[in-house]
Amino acid sequence: MFWQQLVNWINLGAMYALLAIGYTMVYGIIKLINFAHGEIFMTGAFFTWWFMTAFSIPFPVASLMGIMLATLLGVGIERVAYRPLRDAPRFAVVISVLGMSIFLQNMARVVWGAEFQVFEMDFGIPPILIGPVVIPFKKIFILVTSLILMVALSLFVTKTYLGKAMRATAADREAAEMMGISSNAVIVLTFVVGSSLGAVAGILYAINYNSIDPYMGFNAGMKAFAAAVLGGIGNIYGAMLGGLLLGIFEGAGAAYISSMYRDAVAFAILILALIFRPEGLLGEFKSGEKLKAR
Amino acid sequence: MKGGSQATTRDSGQGKAPLVTMAERFALSKWTIKVAILLACMAVPLVVQSHYAMRVIIYIYLYVVLALGLNVVMGFTGLLNIGHAAFYAMGAYTTAILMTGYGLSFWWTVPIGMGLGVLMGLAIGFPTLRLRDDYLAMVTLGFGQIVYIVANNWMSLTRGPRGIPAIPAPRLELFNWKLVIDNYTSYYYLILFFVALTITACVRVRDSRVGLAWMAIREDEDVAAVMGIHLGFYKTLAFAFSAALGALAGSFFSVFQSFVSPNSFTILESVVIVTIPILGGLGSIPGTIVGAVLMIGLPELFRSASEYRMVAVGAFMVLMMIFKPEGLFGKKLFQTTYKV
Repeated sequence: MFWQQLVNWINLGAMYALLAIGYTMVYGIIKLINFAHGEIFMTGAFFTWWFMTAFSIPFPVASLMGIMLATLLGVGIERVAYRPLRDAPRFAVVISVLGMSIFLQNMARVVWGAEFQVFEMDFGIPPILIGPVVIPFKKIFILVTSLILMVALSLFVTKTYLGKAMRATAADREAAEMMGISSNAVIVLTFVVGSSLGAVAGILYAINYNSIDPYMGFNAGMKAFAAAVLGGIGNIYGAMLGGLLLGIFEGAGAAYISSMYRDAVAFAILILALIFRPEGLLGEFKSGEKLKAR
Repeated sequence: MKGGSQATTRDSGQGKAPLVTMAERFALSKWTIKVAILLACMAVPLVVQSHYAMRVIIYIYLYVVLALGLNVVMGFTGLLNIGHAAFYAMGAYTTAILMTGYGLSFWWTVPIGMGLGVLMGLAIGFPTLRLRDDYLAMVTLGFGQIVYIVANNWMSLTRGPRGIPAIPAPRLELFNWKLVIDNYTSYYYLILFFVALTITACVRVRDSRVGLAWMAIREDEDVAAVMGIHLGFYKTLAFAFSAALGALAGSFFSVFQSFVSPNSFTILESVVIVTIPILGGLGSIPGTIVGAVLMIGLPELFRSASEYRMVAVGAFMVLMMIFKPEGLFGKKLFQTTYKV
């Protein structure tokens, strides 16, 4: 029983991790939280579902198209809500991005309806038995996909030229610009990578729960943010670790404390992490230094 | 404090936008004008006959109280709070539970609700003292969500999603004179009293040392700390003050609706409250009042397109921040720009 549940928790954790990476990457570059990231998660799942049901496009193609559209949306968010406010006070940017999130969430509600939609996805592959543990194929699919993406991301960030440019910009934007790195291009690249991972996480989430709704991005986004803070914001490996831990904490909290308050677990962890270890588990900065106002 | 101080509003508004000067003259000049405004407000139920219009006006007043409360934290102190509906819920549920379950009088539940609201404000204010804008927004958002979850799940206390129905009307009894507040006119006067109380409290606290300290923190935290302002104390105080006003609005909401359920206190509710001081101009009391009239009154004119309301709110927040971040009546709040 415990192992069976652990598989579920790790699955959940893998999805949070994918979503948390988007938060942490954007934060690493522009030092701001992307409040609309949960909406990318939601639209990724919704576009895929829409292509599959309205146009009966097979899942692999539909999901790719969904990811591309959601990624475009992510870039659009940067263009509309961030770029005009690049030199504005942080307060204004937070409100503008929050407004963007509310806008997208309710636009989705107007377009696709407020009800839950069934996201049907059957791989047609029987569940796999490991000892007493039954693992449906979709769980393995989710775990493997997330793992591959995380490995690919870390290779991208550490081994490629673009990844190097990203790390340079995160470390010191002005110095990177002096070395000839266009910070605008890097910011767009960050939004592309973060949004596509967020969209994948949304699709995996939809596969796991078989249902989607316009507000799914809000809760998941808040939890993934908590995961990013827990792991150490700005650190990609921290986001992975934080996501995994959060999935386990949330699952264990729901199983052993109260399932009604499972959504509150993440917020409680977020607040505790911010009080006791604001730099996160794998944090890079000295305690409180970057969290202070101005 | 060049151009940024609210406390010296009584001197002429030189170098300010004409709208700001006009609003200040209107709201803060001679007592005769204040009395005239008050009398005009008191005459509203005599003029407005339609129940629907009265309901909308009462809601606008309710949101004036809510938004002025939030303005203390966001406008005066410069701290983002996107969980104001949590305080609102605290007041509403306190009144609902104490009146239906324990038969307490409304007039007792108001101070109790405000007290609990203050405790809640301290609970949220304290852990967030060290947080910067975007973190603060996220944590308050999460806090609002926790309160919503608790209201939805604590079945034995709040009856969960079914809500608490049949909240009795408030009664006033003085010797032989009795008054039951159960129609729109009497509710109107009750909320008018609360609005007047709120405005007075906000103006007086703004012009006090406390208000000056808050604004100093808003303008520059480090400088404020150097000047001897205890950041932790004043930030927590701002949250507590704001929470008390939020709970006051909640208590009224409870008896006015005679029904409370968690759905009235969602994140979207908090977001609507946030947009009011932003529209009016952060830190400006007349601006916040105008903001409430526009944000609550305007959607009523477009009821046929009500599903687009939150879409418009979201788009409005983005556009406002890009084109007019100081709001309709606000002064340029942030003199310094932040550079990453």
